[in-house]
Amino acid sequence: MSEMSYRDAIRAAMMEEMDRNPSVLIMGEDIGIYEGTFRITAGMLKKYGPKRVIDTPIAEAGMVGTAVGMAMLGLRPIVEMMTVNFAIVAADQILNHAAKIRYFSGGQVDIPIVIRGPHGAGVQLSAQHSQSFESFYAHFPGLKVVAPGSPADAKGLLKTAIRGKDPVMFLESAALYGMKGEVPDDPDFTVPFGESRLAREGRDATVVSWGRMLQLSLIVAEKLAKDEGIELEVVDLRCLRPLDMEPVYASVSKTHRAIVVQEQWKPFGPGAEISASINEKMFDELDAPVARVTGEDVPMPYARNLELLATPHEEHVIAAVKRVMYR
Amino acid sequence: MAACAPEWTDILRQMIFIRRFEEATEREFRRGKIGGYLHVYSGQEAVAVGVLSATKKGDIVFAGYRDHAHTLLLGSDPGRVMAELFGKATGISKGKGGSMHLFDVEHGFYGGYGIVGGHLTLAAGSAYALRYRETDRIAVCYFGDGAMNIGSFHEAMNMAGLWGKQGMCPVLFVIENNGYAMGTSVERHSALTDLAARIRAYNIQSEKVDAQDVFAVRGVADRVVKQIRETGQPYCIEAITYRFSGHGAADILQPYRSKDEVEQHKHRDPILILRNRLQEMCGLKDETVQGFEDEAAERVAAAVKFAEESPLPEGSELFTDIVAEHGPRPVAEDQVR
Repeated sequence: MSEMSYRDAIRAAMMEEMDRNPSVLIMGEDIGIYEGTFRITAGMLKKYGPKRVIDTPIAEAGMVGTAVGMAMLGLRPIVEMMTVNFAIVAADQILNHAAKIRYFSGGQVDIPIVIRGPHGAGVQLSAQHSQSFESFYAHFPGLKVVAPGSPADAKGLLKTAIRGKDPVMFLESAALYGMKGEVPDDPDFTVPFGESRLAREGRDATVVSWGRMLQLSLIVAEKLAKDEGIELEVVDLRCLRPLDMEPVYASVSKTHRAIVVQEQWKPFGPGAEISASINEKMFDELDAPVARVTGEDVPMPYARNLELLATPHEEHVIAAVKRVMYR
Repeated sequence: MAACAPEWTDILRQMIFIRRFEEATEREFRRGKIGGYLHVYSGQEAVAVGVLSATKKGDIVFAGYRDHAHTLLLGSDPGRVMAELFGKATGISKGKGGSMHLFDVEHGFYGGYGIVGGHLTLAAGSAYALRYRETDRIAVCYFGDGAMNIGSFHEAMNMAGLWGKQGMCPVLFVIENNGYAMGTSVERHSALTDLAARIRAYNIQSEKVDAQDVFAVRGVADRVVKQIRETGQPYCIEAITYRFSGHGAADILQPYRSKDEVEQHKHRDPILILRNRLQEMCGLKDETVQGFEDEAAERVAAAVKFAEESPLPEGSELFTDIVAEHGPRPVAEDQVR
């Protein structure tokens, strides 16, 4: 184990996989000479050279489309999006090509491509640079959607993504890049997809989350335990597709109450899917309707005070916990 | 007079087969055996044959949705292609793709694609991969004139042009300029109607060819395929052609062009042009042509029979081939395929 930031864990995962397999390469905007807007790719051009660390034009559809072509021929491209917001420029390549070619070819090709980058709200980046896209991508069969909430998971899940056979949307929480945590050193440490994790044991209510909201949920859980003796159980989904709901069901059968915490807007967001699944499976177990804590249903504003009003905070989670506990 | 070179009579044989195959698909569409969209290649045969006959095994090919001819010419089994159109389990894409998504990796056909222009980027990336692996293989990417106005086109061309400077993008782009983006003529969809000139804006060499004349297409293709293989740089052929059938099987009225226009172009039928040329050059005999016709009729009938008698896909097939079913692929399997 080493203490490592979320940012360094992502870089370590990529470099270990590039060392392990010459088929792995990375492409993106200003990832080489500039070393990346968030410096995730610092040092990589120097180490691997321009054939494997490709500075592209500002052309997201071109980046993803060429990566799909490379993947069909047996390479394993990683595409860095300067922010995941820009990936919607490549939506046709991601949704109509990467996600569908295996199916409409009758399984003749693998599409091992990882599209990764910072995701979600930053600080005063306003409407076009602050969005969350879990439900957008997780809606589509043929894609895998991952959202790590800790440095260890960032490393382990990214290695699984790079070693896989399918297109992966790897949603990094920009706000967690500086977060430190213990990360296994074993170069073969991976975290499988589709395995949600019990992040904290508790008895009173189940909080379901992922990414940055996982960290928020854990902070709230410690606070409520200390201040009010409420013990929250926290489930970290880690993967939105494939989605492993079993640990959620197991937890709800113990606590009989559930809260989903997401940064994304409420309508048609992941919370709606998760809540509906709990209702379908656990209706008789529930002592309260499933609560959703979400971002406000507005484009992200620039002014800092407005931005803070638009995103979920501790008090929103605490209020939802109290609501499902009728306190 | 010297006997006709077998290579050229074979090209004629293939063009006749493609034409008869496509006519059969139109018949089967009207019989209700083929569903969805159906885009046939009649009139454009010289574009596919002229270029693909200049490539070699190991080269890979991408096409738009008018893709039957390309995969057949690469050696796909006609029965399995027809079965795909019939939506049968024996189809070349297991009945999951249909007319627009034929796919046959074993023969180098990396797919027909239904989003206009979307596959151009794939072809550029695959060409990069071929050079990354230090092979001398090339990619060939067919697309229509209508694909030249969408973002993916510009992004693919620019990246291909850039990568070509490092010798890392051996791709031959072939514009199948049949005059119409569905029903919108080149004059109405492209601000600059010289399509080959537009390609040069991306530092990619290009030239036009009269693509009703398969000799002309093949002549250009021989030269540029060799050049691409040697340099790793992209090249573009603007193949000027004409489609005899409607855009798709549902395009019956064709309000964007006159019957007279179509009839005029039928005088320049690529099969007729090649046949006449071979008659003049080397005394091609009518019975040889009749032999090709008989053979085509037989092969097409066998393909239809195979498709008709094949089973429908099992219901369980609905849920296969969505994502990989097993774990990570071992490093050793990462080969250029």
